[in-house]
Amino acid sequence: MSAVEQLLDQSVAERVIARALAHGGEFAEVFAERRGGLTLAIDESRIEAVQSGAEAGAGVRVLSGGTTYFAHVDGLDPADLERAAGEAAAALRGERAEARALRAEAPAPQPVERPPGDVPADRKAELLRELDERAREAGGEIVQVMASYGEARREVAIANSEGLLSGDDRTRVRIGAQAVARRDERVETGAETLGAARGFELFDDDPAAIAESAARKALTLLDAVPAPTGSMPVVVGGGFGGVLFHEMTGHGLEADHVQKGASVYAGKLGEVVAQSLLTAYDDGRMPGEWGSDAIDDEGAPTQKTRVIEQGRLTGFLHDRQTAAREGAAQTGNGRRESFRHLPIPRMTNTYIAPGDAEPEAIIGAVEKGFYAVSFAGGQVDPATGDFVFGVNEGYLIEGGEVTSPCRGATLVGNCLQALAAIDAVGNDFWMKTGICGKGGQKVPVGTGQGHVRIAAMTVGGTEA
Amino acid sequence: MSDLGALASTGVERAVAAGAGEAEAYVSEAENREVRVHDGEVESLTAATQRGLGLRAWCGARVGYGFGTDLSAEGLATIAARAVEAARAADEDEFAAPPAAGGEAPVIDGLSDPSRAEWSPDRVADLALAVERAALEADARVVAVEQAVYFDSGERVAVAASSGMRAEYETTSCYAYLQALAEGENGRETGLGFDLARGPAGLDPAAIGAEGATRATEMIGSVKPASRRCPVVLDPTVAASFVGLLGRAAGADAVQRGRSPLAARLGDEVASTAFVLHDDGLDPRGFATAPVDAEGTPRRRTALIEGGRLRTFLHDAYTARRGKAESTGNAGRAGYRSLPGVSASNLVVAPGTAGAEELLAAAGKGVYVNDVAGLHSGVNPVTGVFSVGASGRAIEGGKLAGPLREFTIAGELVTMLRDVQGVGSEPRWVPFGGSVSTPPLLIGEMAVSGS
Repeated sequence: MSAVEQLLDQSVAERVIARALAHGGEFAEVFAERRGGLTLAIDESRIEAVQSGAEAGAGVRVLSGGTTYFAHVDGLDPADLERAAGEAAAALRGERAEARALRAEAPAPQPVERPPGDVPADRKAELLRELDERAREAGGEIVQVMASYGEARREVAIANSEGLLSGDDRTRVRIGAQAVARRDERVETGAETLGAARGFELFDDDPAAIAESAARKALTLLDAVPAPTGSMPVVVGGGFGGVLFHEMTGHGLEADHVQKGASVYAGKLGEVVAQSLLTAYDDGRMPGEWGSDAIDDEGAPTQKTRVIEQGRLTGFLHDRQTAAREGAAQTGNGRRESFRHLPIPRMTNTYIAPGDAEPEAIIGAVEKGFYAVSFAGGQVDPATGDFVFGVNEGYLIEGGEVTSPCRGATLVGNCLQALAAIDAVGNDFWMKTGICGKGGQKVPVGTGQGHVRIAAMTVGGTEA
Repeated sequence: MSDLGALASTGVERAVAAGAGEAEAYVSEAENREVRVHDGEVESLTAATQRGLGLRAWCGARVGYGFGTDLSAEGLATIAARAVEAARAADEDEFAAPPAAGGEAPVIDGLSDPSRAEWSPDRVADLALAVERAALEADARVVAVEQAVYFDSGERVAVAASSGMRAEYETTSCYAYLQALAEGENGRETGLGFDLARGPAGLDPAAIGAEGATRATEMIGSVKPASRRCPVVLDPTVAASFVGLLGRAAGADAVQRGRSPLAARLGDEVASTAFVLHDDGLDPRGFATAPVDAEGTPRRRTALIEGGRLRTFLHDAYTARRGKAESTGNAGRAGYRSLPGVSASNLVVAPGTAGAEELLAAAGKGVYVNDVAGLHSGVNPVTGVFSVGASGRAIEGGKLAGPLREFTIAGELVTMLRDVQGVGSEPRWVPFGGSVSTPPLLIGEMAVSGS
């Protein structure tokens, strides 16, 4: 408990909560955070953009009659926290409300073997040089390599008027590599990342392999033909292919969208939304995964939530408020980017569970289609269900075989139709890291799946 | 209110004391306020103060960066130590050096609006509620508003460097937007309405609500267009995203590192003569406007594309030194947490003469693109080749016709610019793709992929 106490002393927390409830309110909370990190990059084979910083601050919120009053300040002195409480309560006009006594209780954080802060900066620079070299070794047509390293530690403490006093100590590390290949006027790029909610031990096992992978993607694209256009079967690769599910279904399961009628999945709990071969989870407890934490940013323990069971919609993702609104249980999905943000329902690690099909068989059954190995990213409007994905590694499928690489492909579609059109789920499975944006807040999320086939989807290429 | 200029100067001194040969400090202090409303009620009210300092330290030809929120004497010493330590981890770069002391910074009026401080939280909440109400009252098919948001900010910035450079300024800004939900035949349609100003008095809640309502209801009954090549009219909100891409491509950093579709095209014909673009750091309506850029160099107005030709690249101090050019005052940064880098200030497309109807008439048969999605994933920033998701309206017989969805538009940035066949007469400030002011644009031919 000492780490939490160091960040947020119990007696201070009690005073701050009392101050927050001075003019009434059904609930008050203080979220204290100390965050620090280091990032550096290599470009033109030169280590640059070395940035190191630390921030500390707190956010205080009071809930009253459906309205959230929120204030945040930089600094963790008791005076800073009380000032935030005073500002949050300033617009309330009621009688003082009472809070329960605090009971400290915090689950164990994700384990970290080697805190990255203890590793000398030179070692991190050396790691980037290894990435740079490995990508350049992949072929003479690799003309540029960029790589980045980032480490972050967030210590958080949360206390609320219902007696909760909890905390978490979160360490994340991530590297990324991007390679540019050139042949005459043709220029193509490839990228790959590796990240986890772990320490520097993540890089024990050949981290530079991601640079080679990024370079291979760029080189492959030099031979690419323009992407096909029109509606066709699409096979999506594992790992970051899971971002498709994240966008087209995950966001629509976040309960804030659902409760406002701004999700195509609203009112569909218990209904069949996919074929019976599809089961999916959001799991904030996967050991070491990029989207894992011990507790969410409201102090609720993270958990494994089955969102789709054999095609049937079985659960939404809740924060404290959305759960309270419909009398549901919290699911540990109340997340925030920092003490400067309000928690909202967010995914953690979201994935389609492995199925029965062999990846080769999934592709083999396609006469003419598209194979999207990985995406550059995607976007969805949860209310309409319309989504779009940029493919950064894609191939034609002809006669059941993967043939020419394609460039410039975009997938567009509608969530409900595309989800129902998933007609094969592979027995291979892996996870990848992503950064998800919603309501102006970015949080780390994991995505995963094996190979998945969608019977028909619109592919937009660069040639009509 | 603290003396930010003094804090910045102290930061520079601490960095030099910690071993930096040269140093620069950037301090910002902001007061922010946000109101979110839903269904006639205030959903959340946020009040915030935010203050931090970033230090750039040069140790010989190495540069490092440190930042933090603890601005006590001890805190500043810690930030300075971090910056110097970061510099020691970096490799030498012969062009790394602080900006040369710039010329006189311009005086720009109208960057602060007193209404921001004068309006009470209740009054701005009423404004947000009025935005929501306006959308609901505009059209019976608007069944809800997912969220209406009002945000304002008052920010003070100080920059100081060991060269003796000192600058300070203050700005205010605010915006409001909503996402309207209309009941369609096949589920719900969404429509975004927004406006931005220096203070709440400059916002028009009725217009914001009406725009959201129009954008949502006009999508009812939308269909997927057939794949084809055809004339395309880009709504200002969409044109702005492409202009933003162009601004990044014109950044000397991307050019010098060989990662821009405009590299090696200085002086070349890269656009139709109808398309004239300036980077304007002085226009008081632009949100990137300030007397100085993020490293203290005076902001200015720079012609980027004129007469169809690429006139210059955008420079900060580093790229200017490396490219043997002059800084164009285009150092930007995301805040005190990040190193400055080249970025466009306000990108301003010169309005043309074509009214909205004229532009559609000239298109004849084509597509009006109202919205694009997936710009961060559908664009190759090195080559300018793009394929992005889109929605909008058909253009039939020179007039707007039925709504279209679930299609992509694709092409290549310079090819698209050369094919600008019409420029609208009514520009709009748009906060997408940076800070951009642009009228609608008619592109002669683009690839549309649907069914």
